[in-house]
Amino acid sequence: MKEISCKLLVIGAGPGGYVCAIRAGQLGIDTVIVEAGKPGGTCLNVGCIPSKALIHAAEEFEKLSHMAGGKSPLGITVAAPSLDLAATIAWKDGIVSRLNNGVAGLLKKAGVKTVHGWATFRDGKTVAVETEIGMQVIRAETVVIATGSAPVDLPSLPFGGPVISSTEALALSEVPERLAVVGGGYIGLELGIAFAKLGAKVTVVEALPRVLAQYDAELTRPVVKRLAELGIEVLVNAKAKGLSTKRDALLVETNGGKNGKIAGDMVLVTVGRKPVTEGWGLEQIDLDMAGSFIRIDDQCRSSMRGIFAIGDVTGEPMLAHRAMAQGEMVAEIVAGHKRSWDRRAIPAVCFTDPELVTAGLSPEEAKTRGEIKVGLFPFIANGRAMTKLGEDGFVRVVARADNHLVLGIQAVGQGVSELSTAFGLALEMGATLEDIAGTIHAHPTQGEGFPEAALKALGRAVHV
Amino acid sequence: MGEYVIKLPDVGEGVAEAELVEWQVKVGDLVREDAVLAAVMTDKATVEIPSPVDGEIVWLGAEIGDTVAIGSPIVRLKVAGEGNVRDAASQATEAGAKNTPTERSTPTPNPSPQGGGGRAATSKAEPETAPRSSEKTPTHKGLSAAGGESPSPLWGGVRGGGTAAGGGTARTSGAPRPEGEKPLASPAVRLRAKEAGIDLRQVPGTGPAGRIQHEDIEAFLARGPLLAKVSGLARNEAVEDIKIVGLRRKIAEKMTLAKSRIPHITYVEEIDVTALEDLRAALNKEKRPGGNRPKLTLLPFLMRAMVKAIADQPNVNALFDDEAGIVHQHGGVHIGIAAQTASGLMVPVVKHAEARDIWDCAAEVVRLAEAAKSGTATRDELSGSTITITSLGAMGGVATTPVINHPEVAIVGVNKMMVRPVWDGTQFIPRKMMNLSSSFDHRVIDGWDAAVFIQRIKTLLETPALIFVD
Repeated sequence: MKEISCKLLVIGAGPGGYVCAIRAGQLGIDTVIVEAGKPGGTCLNVGCIPSKALIHAAEEFEKLSHMAGGKSPLGITVAAPSLDLAATIAWKDGIVSRLNNGVAGLLKKAGVKTVHGWATFRDGKTVAVETEIGMQVIRAETVVIATGSAPVDLPSLPFGGPVISSTEALALSEVPERLAVVGGGYIGLELGIAFAKLGAKVTVVEALPRVLAQYDAELTRPVVKRLAELGIEVLVNAKAKGLSTKRDALLVETNGGKNGKIAGDMVLVTVGRKPVTEGWGLEQIDLDMAGSFIRIDDQCRSSMRGIFAIGDVTGEPMLAHRAMAQGEMVAEIVAGHKRSWDRRAIPAVCFTDPELVTAGLSPEEAKTRGEIKVGLFPFIANGRAMTKLGEDGFVRVVARADNHLVLGIQAVGQGVSELSTAFGLALEMGATLEDIAGTIHAHPTQGEGFPEAALKALGRAVHV
Repeated sequence: MGEYVIKLPDVGEGVAEAELVEWQVKVGDLVREDAVLAAVMTDKATVEIPSPVDGEIVWLGAEIGDTVAIGSPIVRLKVAGEGNVRDAASQATEAGAKNTPTERSTPTPNPSPQGGGGRAATSKAEPETAPRSSEKTPTHKGLSAAGGESPSPLWGGVRGGGTAAGGGTARTSGAPRPEGEKPLASPAVRLRAKEAGIDLRQVPGTGPAGRIQHEDIEAFLARGPLLAKVSGLARNEAVEDIKIVGLRRKIAEKMTLAKSRIPHITYVEEIDVTALEDLRAALNKEKRPGGNRPKLTLLPFLMRAMVKAIADQPNVNALFDDEAGIVHQHGGVHIGIAAQTASGLMVPVVKHAEARDIWDCAAEVVRLAEAAKSGTATRDELSGSTITITSLGAMGGVATTPVINHPEVAIVGVNKMMVRPVWDGTQFIPRKMMNLSSSFDHRVIDGWDAAVFIQRIKTLLETPALIFVD
């Protein structure tokens, strides 16, 4: 097959890679992108988007189930709902498919050539792609590695059979009767809560003393409370030891060294994700690493000239929006613009019930840097939250005590993921408590909790 | 109540105007008879103007740095009884037209729009409050008032405005960021800085919490980077406007005149002063019969040597009137001695050095130097030189390029004496060596003549007995 030569080659069409390629195309750079799967990466195919579809379906189903119980304070009664998960998954796949086509179309519109296949480095400028119709060699002046990440399994619980990763969990045709979730991080809880709402008996096994351990306890308390309401059993300080010999139960070792058994049709292992650094010839180019990740500088340059790396393969936080921002920046650098990574905040959202949002520093992190002020506004005092049956949760603002610069914002509550927009903007613009308190927020919204929290930090909250 | 006008008195022979260098009073002050009102400077003498009457100052007719004609009114006083003014109004108008200092300081470029605005407002307010303001200021010769002394409280207001105008100052002193802390700026500001190649860590932020705003970037682009604080060195952007007045202005004018009109030739020669130093030490050790003989420095020896050299070459002891094309060659050797004083360079003159012996020369130098330093030297003592010596003593350096004291034609510069190794034909021996750096007006003195003159001085100083032989 004839060699392709281009200015920019992007390996991996996840959110980092495809944004990089589209932006490069917009800037008139001769760009090729290589992807073995469908465009959109983990995020679009087996991550953010499909999980949110499943979570939404589960929420709707749970609401109806709750109403069918005759206990809805809204005065609505319905017949017991039924679920065809296969249909749900098909609906979800339809969304994913539409987005796949959308990304492919955007790449095409930007003049980016897409090569389907698995890329392997031959040297720093040459990549061989195994395509359906043979080996395609691509030579590029600049290469962007955007190979992403993949779920990690446990040696005692290798994926296969009843042991599944998040990828398989999003493609089940039936709701498992009993689901054991190993790992109480955000992926495990998002999916565990969804399956519990869909009717599964869910048990979460977490090795640490509490779930969502990367967040502070105050912030996760409403989630823990909701887990109990949904009948999800949580075992903390518990280690998964493997499957029982009949492969119908998960063996766990609890805190005191006691062994236990959790009956389960399926075991969902969500103990983390690892960068994809194997199988594409990293050894051929011998890049410097930072732990298991590719080491990058503030321009996403790797240790080899002309090779950039973006997204999950470069480190935490493994979030799509970080990869997108990196991809955009790299495209502009390749186009000759002066750019470097100078973002202040990468908000993170956890689509549990209730949802969690964090942006910037937590109170604990901020305290290590100096004196702080913290203002917390509970949704119990927010009119809109009451009308949504969503009074659990709060907005919390962390600011410097001396000049009131906002350092971090957190929220927990129904639908607070959308507040991440305001939080990110406030941090990126360098807002002070007075800036937030001085901005009119529409009434009645949950967003009103934001200026109220700022006012609280200033010692003059109105509604609490 | 009457009004009394004080006019600038005739302060020196043949002087038509004088420069006002100091006000000791301001409008509203009560003064007693004989109290000093002002100081004016003519050529090289400073003259104090006393008040002839008791009264209250109601008007000052000049600003520091103004050149005032003899006879011009400079002060009006309110006095008890009748004053010396018949028509006060016409006087005031006349005087106002002549000297009213309405010229304003030109605001220095200010990066801050707020600061600039503030200052503009201040300046605008002044004419309304200033009773002496007048549009008729073409004859006003004063320099910018910026940084100058303020003769009246009105000007104090201007200075206040100037300080407040430091919106610019406040801007640069924006909340300092602790070391290592990320500069605070919106994404748009960050992008702009990146594209302009600005390191935001060096940009002071004036926004809330020290946030860097678009205006800060503009100010930074206009002003340039401040050195990073980590170096411990700070760039100082201050510009102080110092008004050149009084003696400094005289010196400036004189130096400009000398350097622009006289083509200098400078000749440097080395003098072995070992013998001279021995002699000087011996003479200083000698019991002094009168008991009040001054200590001899090198200067009297040089003066006597010059007198002798001038006897052979009288053309270096002259004043060149280049406009008339005449060299006034003087018989008397009047040696100016350039002296550094607290207020600047002064040149007291030892008159008739040809008629003074070495002790007399020494005594006269000491007396004049003290008079110059204490400011009591008379105009006569500060003028009339026909040739000049300049010496920086221990600071004299290896060589200098002295500037001729116009309209003289020669100046002899004394450099630092130091022990140097000298080859005597068989070995190096330590000798006390000193250079003379002398400049001559090449229009009337050729290099050859200059060299002969200095070589003659060299011979006399190296064999000092010759100085005393007629």
